Amino acid sequence: MFDLTGKRALVTGASGGIGSEIAKALTAAGARVALSGTRVPALEAVASEIGGDSPILPCNLSDLEAVDKLVPSAEAALGGLDILVNNAGMTRDNLFMRMKNEEWDDVIAVNLTAAFRISRSALRGMMKQRFGRIINISSVVGVVGNGGQANYAASKAGLIGMGKALAQEVASRNITVNAIAPGFIASAMTDELNDKQREAIFSTIPAARLGTAAEVAGCAVFLASDAAGYITGHTLDVNGGMVMV
Amino acid sequence: MSDIADRVRKIVVEHLNVDAEKVTEKASFIDDLGADSLDQVELVMAFEEEFSVEIPDDAAESIQTFGDAVAFLTKAVG
Repeated sequence: MFDLTGKRALVTGASGGIGSEIAKALTAAGARVALSGTRVPALEAVASEIGGDSPILPCNLSDLEAVDKLVPSAEAALGGLDILVNNAGMTRDNLFMRMKNEEWDDVIAVNLTAAFRISRSALRGMMKQRFGRIINISSVVGVVGNGGQANYAASKAGLIGMGKALAQEVASRNITVNAIAPGFIASAMTDELNDKQREAIFSTIPAARLGTAAEVAGCAVFLASDAAGYITGHTLDVNGGMVMV
Repeated sequence: MSDIADRVRKIVVEHLNVDAEKVTEKASFIDDLGADSLDQVELVMAFEEEFSVEIPDDAAESIQTFGDAVAFLTKAVG
């Protein structure tokens, strides 16, 4: 039921903690996964780790011309595209009153505009083949906000709204569009937190621990699979109970 | 009927699942042939592929009937 044999996938931000885990999980479920990102050595490391004959497609998502070429190269490398995971994201945190125009623009461009453009170019093939799965990696911050992250929160909320609109347009073509909103996930960044910081964070999480990238990746496999064929426009919260909406 | 018209009609019949006789010169994709706006986008995509042409967005919007499509493609291909 969760088998993805024969499916062709593209994951952006595939060298990151969550992105690499999603690529790994999709491959383990049987898909062939193209890896996109900016750090080629890191992408190569992920490719050799998952051992699934993964094409590497370097792409800087703030370069819109490169963005428009990403899906065509993925389709050429894989022979088509069934699953798109818009995972790439960046932060440029600042207090709202101090936030620079560039900090706002850069985050919106990479996190939201690139996802729009990549999805739009993926839809052509998905419409024709009457199958597609678009999975946008949002964030709990896009649901409840977070001080110091107005740009990031706007981009992550934007992914949810954009996905719901698109889901309505293409549902009749057997294309689903969903989001995953992770909470605190263990990463290189959270490894650096001290005990006191950890305690403060855990006190807001009923599960009293960080999530793992694998727990996010499992949701991506589910949403990509036939088992989730009737789920569209949905946001899966993966946050240990931190926020329940 | 020209060869172009036949090829366009074939695409319309297959895509919208309608009888060929209904696909007349003045037949509107949306009003007469049951297409929705997404069907119309898909028809344009199919025309582009069949005739190896690019149909810009403003031209695509002006293609409302079977006759519009044949006229546009005759001009574009010829």
